[in-house]
Amino acid sequence: MGVWFSFWVVVGLILVALIGAGLLNLSVIFGVVFPYLALVVFLVGLIYRVVQWGKTPVPFHIPTTCGQQKSLSWIKYSKLESPATGWEVFLRMFLEVVAFRSLFRNLRTEMGPGFRPVYGSSKWLWLGGIAFHYSFLIVFLRHLRFFTQPPSKLVSIIDSFDGFLQIGHPHLQLTGVVLFFAALYLFLRRLYIPQVRYISLPADYFPLLLIMGIAGSGILMRYFIKTDITKVKELTMGLATFHPKVPEGIGVIFYVHIFLVSVLFAYFPFSKLVHLGGVFLSPTRNLANNSRMKRHINPWDYPVKVHTYEEYEEEFREKMKMAGIPVEKDIEEEETEEKEQEEKE
Amino acid sequence: MAKAAKPPKPEEITKTLDYRKTPKGPWIDTKVEFRPGMYCYGTRPKYLEEVDMPNPREWSTSDEDWKLPENWKEIFLEGMEDRLRKHRSFRLFMDICVRCGACADKCHFYIGTGDPKNMPVLRAELLRSIYRRYFTTGGKLLKRTAGARELTEEVFKELWYYAYQCTECRRCSVFCPYGIDTAEITIMVRELVNLLGCNTDWIMGPVANCYHKGNHLGLEPHTIQSNIEMMCDDIEEITGIRIEPTFNRKGAEILFVTPSGDLFAVPGVYTAMGYLMLFHELGLDYTWSTYASEGGNFGFFTSLEMAKRLYYKVYAEAERLGVKFIIGGECGHMWRLWHQYLATFWKPPENLETPKSPITGTVFEHASASKVVHVVEFTADLIRHGKLKLDPSRNDHLRVTFHDSCNTSRGMGFFEEPRYVIKNVCNHFYEMPENTIREKTFCCGSGSGLNASENMELRMRGGLPRANAVRYVHEKYGVNMLANVCAIDRAALPTLMQYWVPGVEVCGVHELVGNALVMTGEKKRTMDLRLEPLPGFEEEEEEEE
Ligand code: HEM
Ligand code: SF4
Ligand code: SF4
Repeated sequence: MGVWFSFWVVVGLILVALIGAGLLNLSVIFGVVFPYLALVVFLVGLIYRVVQWGKTPVPFHIPTTCGQQKSLSWIKYSKLESPATGWEVFLRMFLEVVAFRSLFRNLRTEMGPGFRPVYGSSKWLWLGGIAFHYSFLIVFLRHLRFFTQPPSKLVSIIDSFDGFLQIGHPHLQLTGVVLFFAALYLFLRRLYIPQVRYISLPADYFPLLLIMGIAGSGILMRYFIKTDITKVKELTMGLATFHPKVPEGIGVIFYVHIFLVSVLFAYFPFSKLVHLGGVFLSPTRNLANNSRMKRHINPWDYPVKVHTYEEYEEEFREKMKMAGIPVEKDIEEEETEEKEQEEKE
Repeated sequence: MAKAAKPPKPEEITKTLDYRKTPKGPWIDTKVEFRPGMYCYGTRPKYLEEVDMPNPREWSTSDEDWKLPENWKEIFLEGMEDRLRKHRSFRLFMDICVRCGACADKCHFYIGTGDPKNMPVLRAELLRSIYRRYFTTGGKLLKRTAGARELTEEVFKELWYYAYQCTECRRCSVFCPYGIDTAEITIMVRELVNLLGCNTDWIMGPVANCYHKGNHLGLEPHTIQSNIEMMCDDIEEITGIRIEPTFNRKGAEILFVTPSGDLFAVPGVYTAMGYLMLFHELGLDYTWSTYASEGGNFGFFTSLEMAKRLYYKVYAEAERLGVKFIIGGECGHMWRLWHQYLATFWKPPENLETPKSPITGTVFEHASASKVVHVVEFTADLIRHGKLKLDPSRNDHLRVTFHDSCNTSRGMGFFEEPRYVIKNVCNHFYEMPENTIREKTFCCGSGSGLNASENMELRMRGGLPRANAVRYVHEKYGVNMLANVCAIDRAALPTLMQYWVPGVEVCGVHELVGNALVMTGEKKRTMDLRLEPLPGFEEEEEEEE
C-alpha cells in the first residue's frame, strides 16, 4: 500500500542520515555536499520545469469564468471572477496564490434525506492548506537567520511574533508545531476520507511524511535533543558564504534534519510540488475574459480543409432556386451552359 | 449493436448511491465494464469517410475487438506527445495536480453514478498514469509505484469510456486550486481516440451533416426555409401577423445564426418562433443563411481541428453576404466556442464592424473583435432601453426557474443577461439553490454529444444533480417551467424532467419573450407559442362571446 511504502522510504532516509553522519562520520557529505547538490537540483529543475511550461503555447483563450462577464455597460461585471483587464487578472491570481480563493469555495456533496444529494460548505481543506503553507513559508523565512549575519530585520520580527507565547526555553515557536500538525491533518484526511484515499499515490503520502519528518526533527532539535546552535550557524554561514566548514560536535539529529530538507529540495522539481511554479501559468486562471474584445492568436494555427459556399451551392443550386433562395451563379449563365450542352448533344 | 437498455427506476438509482464507499482494491486494477445504457454506439465508417477522418471501419463499442490498427499504440503516444507540446493546459494539468480531492465530488457524473472514476481527478489520472509511464523519468523507472501504467487495449477502452462520461462542463475547474480543467483533458483524450477512428455515431453523424449540408440535422436549404415558414404559419395563427423572413440575402445588416435543433424539434422551435417575432417587430434588417445554418459545433466533441473546419462557414458567409455583424441564437457549447474560440479559429472578415444595435444605438464594445453578439445580450439591451412593449402577464401561468448552461456559465460568464430578460417577460421567477446555479451550475447530463438515446441511463444519472435542484423549486414554489439558453438543454431536459421531476416543462428564453411581446397590429392573443390556450386570456374571450 502506498502509505506504507512512503513511510518506509522516509524511515529509510532517516536511517541513512543516522548511519552516514552518526556512525560513518560523513558529516561533510551530509552537511555540505548534499545540501549544495540539492540546491542545484532544485534551482535547475524548477527553472527547467517553468521554462518548459512557459515555452508551451496557449493556443486558445480558455479562462474559467466564475462570475459575470463584462458585456453591457449597465450590468456589473465580476472583476475577480471574470477579469477583463490585466490588472484584474493580477488580482485574481494574487488571491488564488495568497488566499487559495478557489479552494475556499469548496463544497461537500453528501446524500441527504430522501436520497437527495446536498452540497454543504466545507472549509477544512482550505484551512488545513492555509495553515500548512503559511507555516511552511514562515518556517522557511525564519531559517534565513542561519544564513545572514547579522540576522535580517525580517527574521527578528517574525521570531518575536512567533514566540509570543513565551513558553519554555527556548521560547516555543508556534509555526513549527502548526506545520507539523497541519501536515498531519493533510495526511490523516488522505487516510480517512474514502475518495481521497482512493486517489492517493505514494507520491502524495511521501512529501507529507517527509515534511512531518523535517518539522519533527526540527522540533526535537530545538526543545529536546539540544544541539549547539553556534556551531550549526558556523556551518550554515559557511554554506552561505561558499566557504564551507564543518565544526566538530554537532549532534547527529541536525544531520537527519538537513538531510531530509535536502531530499525535499531535490525531490521538489520532479514531483507534484512544482505546483508552486505551475499555479502562476494556469491558462484557466491567468487569462482575461476578453476573447471577444481582443483576438487571441494561436501560434501554431494551420490551414484546414473546409467546405466552401461554392461547393455547397453546387450541390443544392436546383433546390435553392426552386425554393426562391438566391444563388451566386447567374441563372442565364447556367442556361447558356445548358444550351451549349444541348447543342453538343 | 446491443439493444438500448431501459434505465432503471429513479429510486433504484438514488438508493444505491453512497459516496463514502469505494471499490475494493486500487483503481488501477479495477477493470472497465461497458454497461449498456452507459455509453454510445461507435461511429459508422461512412461518417468518418465523409470528412476524411482516420481509420474508418465497422466496429462496435460492445465488441471485444475494436479493430484498432496494428500500430495504434504508436499513434496514440505520438499524438499525445504532439499535444503535450502544443497545449500548455494539457502539459501543466498533467504535471501539477496534487490530488487534494477538492474536485472529486463536484462532477455530476460522480454524483449520479458514484463511480470513483468519474471523479474529475481520477478521470484525469486515467491519462496521467499513461503520461507518467511514457513521458516522465520517475514513471519510466518506478512504474506502478509512481502511479504509472502500461497503455494496453484494456486501458485504451477505459480512457474512451470515461472520456464519453464527461460532458466537458468545467465545474471541476471552478473548485480546483490551480484551475485544472478536466474538460481540457477530456478534449485531449477524445482527440486521441479520434486518431484511431473511435468516435461515437451520435457525434459523427451531425459532424458529417454539418460539414456538407451546413447543419447538424442535415436540413437542406429548401427544408430550412419550409420549416421556418411553418413556424411563420403558426405565428400568424397566434398573432394574425404574417412574417416573411429572408434567406441568404446579400446586403442585410445582420446575419443570424442559431443551432439547427431549434428549426426542427419541440420545444426548440418555440424559441425560434420567439426570434422571428422579435426581429419582425423590430423591423430588423437581417437574414438567415442555409449554408451557415448551424450555430452549434459537434466537431468540438471530436477534435479542435474539426471544430475549426465546421466553423469556417460562419465568417465566410458573413463575408459573402456583406453583413455588418452577426447575432447568435441561444446555445451553450456554441457560445463557449463563439466566445473563446471562433475568432482564434478564423479571422473575422473586413466587412464586419463592431456590432451596434440599429434600434438602441448601443455599441457592443465587448464584441469589438469577434463581431458576434448573443441574442439575449441584444434583447436585454432592447428591454433596458424600453424598446419592447411587453406583457409579462401572458406568462403568468408559468412559474419559471433558469438553468445556467455549463458552457455559457464557465466559458463565458453569462449570468445576468438572461435573468434580466426573464424577469422582464415573466412575473414568477424563482432561483434554484445557490450551490447549483451560476458558476456552480450543474450540467443537464447530456452535453458534449452524449445525448444519444442508447446512453439513457448515463444521461439520467448525470442529470440527477440538476433535476434534484429543479425538484426543490418545483416542490417549494410550484415551478413548472425550466428556462434555459441552450439547444442541447431544450433537447435533453424534457426527458430528464419526465424522469426525475414530472410536471416541469422546458423552454428557451426567447419563447418567453415571444409570448410576452406585444406586436404592432397583432390580434388578441388567446394562445401561447405552443398553440395552447393562454389561461386567463382565453376565459376572457369566452366571456365576451
Ligand atoms: C504559490 C504557492 C503555492 C500555492 C498557491 C499552493 C497551493 C496549494 C494547494 C491549494 C494545495 C491543496 C490543498 C492541500 O492539500 O493542502 C496544496 C497542496 C500541497 N502543497 Fe502547495 N502551494 C504553494 C506552494 C507550495 C510549496 C512551496 C510547497 C513546499 C513544500 C508546497 C507543498 C504542498 C504539499 C506537500 C501539498 C500536498 C498536501 C496534501 O497532500 O494534502 N506548496 N498547495
Ligand atoms: S482539485 Fe485540482 S489539484 Fe485537487 S485533485 Fe482536483 S484537479 Fe487535482
Ligand atoms: S468537466 Fe464536468 S463532466 Fe468533466 S470531469 Fe469536470 S465536472 Fe465532470
